[in-house]
Amino acid sequence: MNKQIKVALIGNPNTGKTSIFNSLTGLKQKTANYPGVTVEKKEGICRLDRGVKAHIYDLPGTYSLNASSIDENIVVELLLNKNHKDYPDLAIIVSDVENLKRNLVLFTQVKDLKIPTILAINMSDRMKYKGIELDLSYLENHLDTKIILTTNRTNRWIDKLKDLINNYNKLPSNKFMDPQLIDPEYFKNLQRTFPKQDLYKLWVVICQDANFTSVDKNFLDSSDFEIKSISELKRLQQKETIKRYQLINNILKLGQKVDQSKAVGFGAAMDRILTHKIFGYVFFCLILLGMFQAIYEWATIPMNYIDSMFASITGWVKINLPSGAMTDLLADGIITGIGGIVIFVPQIAFLFMFISVLEESGYMSRVVFLMDKIMQKFGLSGKSVVPLISGVACAIPAIMATRNIESWKERLITILVIPFMTCSARLPVYLIIVALVIPNETILGVNYQAVALMSLYIIGFLAAIFSAYILNMILKMGKRSVLVMEMPNYKIPLIKDVLYTVIEKTKSFIVEAGKIILAISIILWFLATNGVGDKFKNPEKYVSQKIELLTEDELQTEMAAIKLENSFIGNIGKTIEPVFKPLGYDWKIGIALITSFAAREVFVGTLAVIYNIENYDDSKGKRRELKNIMQQETDKNGNKIFTLASGISLLLFYAFAMQCMSTLAIVKKETNSWKWPAIQFIIMTLIAYIVSLIAFQLIS
Amino acid sequence: MHSIADLKKGEKAIIKDVSDNNIPIKLLEMGCLPGNEVEIIQLAPLLGPMYININGSHLAIRKETAKLIIIDKLINNE
Repeated sequence: MNKQIKVALIGNPNTGKTSIFNSLTGLKQKTANYPGVTVEKKEGICRLDRGVKAHIYDLPGTYSLNASSIDENIVVELLLNKNHKDYPDLAIIVSDVENLKRNLVLFTQVKDLKIPTILAINMSDRMKYKGIELDLSYLENHLDTKIILTTNRTNRWIDKLKDLINNYNKLPSNKFMDPQLIDPEYFKNLQRTFPKQDLYKLWVVICQDANFTSVDKNFLDSSDFEIKSISELKRLQQKETIKRYQLINNILKLGQKVDQSKAVGFGAAMDRILTHKIFGYVFFCLILLGMFQAIYEWATIPMNYIDSMFASITGWVKINLPSGAMTDLLADGIITGIGGIVIFVPQIAFLFMFISVLEESGYMSRVVFLMDKIMQKFGLSGKSVVPLISGVACAIPAIMATRNIESWKERLITILVIPFMTCSARLPVYLIIVALVIPNETILGVNYQAVALMSLYIIGFLAAIFSAYILNMILKMGKRSVLVMEMPNYKIPLIKDVLYTVIEKTKSFIVEAGKIILAISIILWFLATNGVGDKFKNPEKYVSQKIELLTEDELQTEMAAIKLENSFIGNIGKTIEPVFKPLGYDWKIGIALITSFAAREVFVGTLAVIYNIENYDDSKGKRRELKNIMQQETDKNGNKIFTLASGISLLLFYAFAMQCMSTLAIVKKETNSWKWPAIQFIIMTLIAYIVSLIAFQLIS
Repeated sequence: MHSIADLKKGEKAIIKDVSDNNIPIKLLEMGCLPGNEVEIIQLAPLLGPMYININGSHLAIRKETAKLIIIDKLINNE
């Protein structure tokens, strides 16, 4: 029999829930998005005894069933809807042994939905350091559940947990608390109006904030039951929370012993330094420096390997496959394009590793604490710091990381300015152009190219902060902004968890970027090798000099150039050239700029496709490097295309322009309207155009 | 009437009243309830957020929110 058990992992943030998920599922997990929203849906499979499979769902962390964010709402919606295809057969509530009381609030709420529940008390290895003793059988009896002590350091508990899952139909599913205890009068009234409904479920539905939820509340309107004012509801919610704490306190008084004198901890000492008003900031700067050092120094070693690997693959393809159009497309378009992305994997992996380590260790919350006031001056929240830093890797996860910002205004401003941060997709463009136009010379031990690259990062950051400041003054919306943030215990991050995050994020980055590059390369290649008109069909008629005076090579080169100029892409490029001419670009760069609006990293691949079609090469396998080709590009009068002026103009264009369809799509999803991505696109591109125009005209 | 915002670093007090409507429910769920002890662990510079410990829950809240949480009495710290 092929039985499948559906298990929901639920818990407060920072309880090590995802660690438990990783232990149960290993690498048999996948991440998708919940339909319509960008909340990550993590799902994995765990094999139990007797051929039974358990589907484990790692739900977003939440403190209660009163959703106050999209993430939390996912949990509530799933648990309220018995017909949902993922509706769990049982729930595992993951709690932190040091914060048992608070964690049990959520536990009791889930129990009141009559879902069979296992309580996993995590980080139980810390009990002895904190002087905590638990009377498990007492707790199991009074909480009416099965308890399992778990830890992220070993997996010894896993068989017992699997056993409990397998026998989930023996788990108790009684309610923990009668909702009438909260406010007898109100709830009696409620039950009388809706005699068929479950009282607690009804109450959860009523409490959901209309901003976040799609829980159906319409049935409430149709009745004559008077829904209380928001402040009344809040008072009732308060009463519920207090009541739950009371009941939990009574149980823990006998079931848990805490001997403070036995508690040892280095957390307080760490906080004295890491949140110190001077040392705290010094340490944060050091962390950032280390991060950039890793990304730009250490990552170059694997990057060089990848580079030469792709060069040899391209060479191999050219030698071993029959020469012709398809091979050219494969070698010059697709493999070169994909190589342009894969080369950034070490940097992206390092970045995700750093961010993951900082989050898992609990340090990120300290950064939020330190930066909140400063960020508020620019209309941002302390919680904007993490997304802004993540923006250096990729704007997409960064925009998704803004979800925990409570104030809509602060969140919106953060989303709007993130794309100014120098994301890793800009790097391939920066690197090749910096190498072309900035001299590789050193003065006083400082390399010009390194300075140029660093300036671009600073420009990006300043643009983000400055536009946040302006947006804060322009945008008129509710100023109510709060910050409520847990400062989790310091933890040494588990290598396993960090590794999973890095692998998963990097993989999705390559796949997403790869799809776009593949599509664009093919379209471009088609447009560049096809055309209409006599000039395209019979280029030999239009060669500048007498054919007899040219060598075979020269003839082929010139014919290829004429063909390209009169291909579809050449015609498009020539049409749009006047727009880019004032910035110092020719039509080929113009085409690369246009394709870059799909994704910036396409720039290099586009130029590779165009230049390789144009550059006839008879020495198979010995490809000229793109950089050399670019260096020798000239216009009709023999002037170099890539000069200091056009190079800097191009760099600035990429620094400011909003060239990423995926980012626009995610902004649309997160802001739920086309208005914001449209504004973002127009303003950023306008700024890019104007700044590049000024820069080119000044320098040249 | 004192609020958490009046406390200095290292000081402790007992929470008395959290009925203000502008106090986020989330804060209550995290243990900010009447009768619980609150301790100030750290203050961010420039009147930034307060890092507090309520009954073992370590939280950061802004001054504006802290002003809404009424405390009963200052516990003398020796």
